[in-house]
Amino acid sequence: MTRETLTVDLTAMSFRISSAVLDSTALQRALADERAGACVTFEGWVRNRNEGQPVLSLEYEAYALLADKEGARILAESREKFPILSAHCVHRVGLLQLGELAVWVGVTAEHRGAAFDACRYIIDEAKARVPIWKKEHYASGTTAWINCATRGDFAGDTR
Amino acid sequence: MFTLHVQYFAILREQRGLTQETLTTTAATPTALYAELRARHAFTLPADRVRAAVNDEFVAATVLLRDGDRIVFIPPVAGG
Repeated sequence: MTRETLTVDLTAMSFRISSAVLDSTALQRALADERAGACVTFEGWVRNRNEGQPVLSLEYEAYALLADKEGARILAESREKFPILSAHCVHRVGLLQLGELAVWVGVTAEHRGAAFDACRYIIDEAKARVPIWKKEHYASGTTAWINCATRGDFAGDTR
Repeated sequence: MFTLHVQYFAILREQRGLTQETLTTTAATPTALYAELRARHAFTLPADRVRAAVNDEFVAATVLLRDGDRIVFIPPVAGG
């Protein structure tokens, strides 16, 4: 393996948590690779409704040390499962407004099938496994940590 | 009795009112420790909705804790 090839391999995957605003144009530009015939990116945006409730803003919180490890494992799995050239994922933390970019996934491959499949795999696994939490702030003035509702939230105090 | 460092995130951080604490306990496993903390602080999440991490790695809820471990209880995640 030449030194140049080794450098490419080491930089071909990255998962990170960002408290800064994400720039999808810059993120995609960094994927440029003449070996790639396909580039698939996914953007998760802050949406103005969830389950019928008007949403005003979102708050994301991460357990960064473990999120980085689990994210890196997901990217490594995607490279084992699909013939891709690179895979990257960035997730925002902090308070986000409607329309902001919350998560970005970018995959390059020689062919589109693997790029689509790997991108889907990465976002699905990241949502299911990476220790990141989302709190929605509603127009009604209430808030909720998503997926953390318990019966007590609806049926009164269960203590 | 041994000493553990507990970090809290998201709904557990809010319900505990702290991001971290050091405590002494006789709880030998994450399951036992969560039961103890849930009873003390009225956490709403039942044990079966929470995963455990020790020293920044996921662990089984029945793993034996050691003196000085850093433990995090992980509420249901919701990235993306």
